[in-house]
Amino acid sequence: METPIIKTEELRFSYTGAEGGTPLVLDGVDLEIAPGSFVAVLGHNGSGKSTLAKHLNAILLPAGGKVYVAGMDTAEEEKLLDIRRTVGMVFQNPDNQIVANVVEEDVAFAPENLGVPSEGIRKRVDEALKAVGMSEYATHAPHLLSGGQKQRVAIAGVIAMRPKCIVMDEPTAMLDPVGRQEVMETVKSLNRWYGMTVVLITHHMDEAAQAGRVVVMSQGKIILDGPPKAVFSRVDELEAVGLAAPDTVELCRQLNREGGLSLPLDCLDVETCAQALYSLLAQRQRA
Amino acid sequence: MAIKDITLGQYFPGNTAIHRLDPRTKLLFTVLYMIALFLANGVVSYAVLVAVLALCVAISKISPSVLLRSMRAVLIIILITGILNLFYTPAGPGETPLVAFWIFRIYPAGVRAAAFMILRIALLISCTFLLTYTTSPILITDALESLLGPLKKIKVPVHELAMMMSIALRFIPTLVEETDKIMSAQKARGANFDTGNLLQRAKALVPLLVPLFISAFRRADELAVAMECRCYHGGEGRTKLRQLRFARSDYLVLLLGLVLCVGIFLLGRMGV
Repeated sequence: METPIIKTEELRFSYTGAEGGTPLVLDGVDLEIAPGSFVAVLGHNGSGKSTLAKHLNAILLPAGGKVYVAGMDTAEEEKLLDIRRTVGMVFQNPDNQIVANVVEEDVAFAPENLGVPSEGIRKRVDEALKAVGMSEYATHAPHLLSGGQKQRVAIAGVIAMRPKCIVMDEPTAMLDPVGRQEVMETVKSLNRWYGMTVVLITHHMDEAAQAGRVVVMSQGKIILDGPPKAVFSRVDELEAVGLAAPDTVELCRQLNREGGLSLPLDCLDVETCAQALYSLLAQRQRA
Repeated sequence: MAIKDITLGQYFPGNTAIHRLDPRTKLLFTVLYMIALFLANGVVSYAVLVAVLALCVAISKISPSVLLRSMRAVLIIILITGILNLFYTPAGPGETPLVAFWIFRIYPAGVRAAAFMILRIALLISCTFLLTYTTSPILITDALESLLGPLKKIKVPVHELAMMMSIALRFIPTLVEETDKIMSAQKARGANFDTGNLLQRAKALVPLLVPLFISAFRRADELAVAMECRCYHGGEGRTKLRQLRFARSDYLVLLLGLVLCVGIFLLGRMGV
């Protein structure tokens, strides 16, 4: 296996400070993220998922255990800039991430900080805006854009650093359904076409279902980890930590329980669910 | 309440020769023009200065009525200064009062002083407004940062000040929008912002300002983290997307500004 882009070992953290502090928000998290993967971190409020995200580019430093970004220990202060340009971070509220009052100026903010020469900045800004599909808004004022557009500008602002990995902390939480869709499409295309490693922190099942790997957190621990189909079929465990399975899985489960059927529990979208129901009916008709 | 109407140095985008000038040139020219204004003390000098401003307004295609309207805000100050000058200027040599009643005397010298003072303030305000009308706030910030750059040597935090200014500009619309939202929310809970005496109205602002401040602090916090995530570490080693560059026209304009200053100074010495 390739060296992981992000690796946490026995990561523990508490907001009260010292390592035995209570309550532990992160309680021994071991996580490895392979380059180029799309990982969703799922959890209920207070599960520690946002705190985990903030450890991935050294905004928070572990109280116990280690976090490595591309082999660099996040606790080493002199590597801070290198770590932050390797792992970019997008937050919930686009308004509070946009620094400048012209879109392209804002996207240029990170390369400006990195001391990239002017022509280089121009190139990065154009590329980043193109990658999120916002090129035509380059000279607009951010406060006149929609929520989804603002969040895409924020994403462009991060990818202009050319990070290897982008961590998103509930990037769709404040958006309307259209904005959510826009942002999710952007995220997927970054992963698919630009080979960017994506860590998506979310509490939306349907968003997590689009990832290649789902990590479920509860009370500061990882309780489930695997491909979406495998994770979402463990409905009881999900429910135990306050997460509902996707509607389609829930439907199959109810049918199995009430009707004594044996539908598969890994239908993550309507299409596969319908297919499963159809083939079951077809089977019955033949019998 | 039309809170959205607040304008702070409103910018009218355009593509005239004045719009295209380097913002530093415009800023420096404005300063030179102001110096000339304070050196002027005769009809000819003021006529020259009015003509220069009129020319700039004409080139910038900013409608003069917009400029006059912006004067309304300072009308009171202009009037008070004018009146004080009118009454308090002592008589010139051998002058008799034009008007005399009770303890007031108005001399021809007073009329002259008042007229010049009113003209001076009006021109002063017009030229600064013209600067902000033709230059976007970001460019003004950039120009200030660049012009004040040498002060970094004596530990003036020029970059930080410029950054604060541009972030403030960026957040004005966001906070205005938020104020509107909080106002609606508080009105829905029965708050009353529009009636009562001054004290009552001031008190009514508390439920508006407290949430606004709390939210502004929260925003500041999040913004700081987001900026750090994008590798912000102060002004050191920072580059710029947009680089300010002096063109030939900029040198020409600055030269004209200097000529204006020296010319007005000489006219002033001759007393015209």
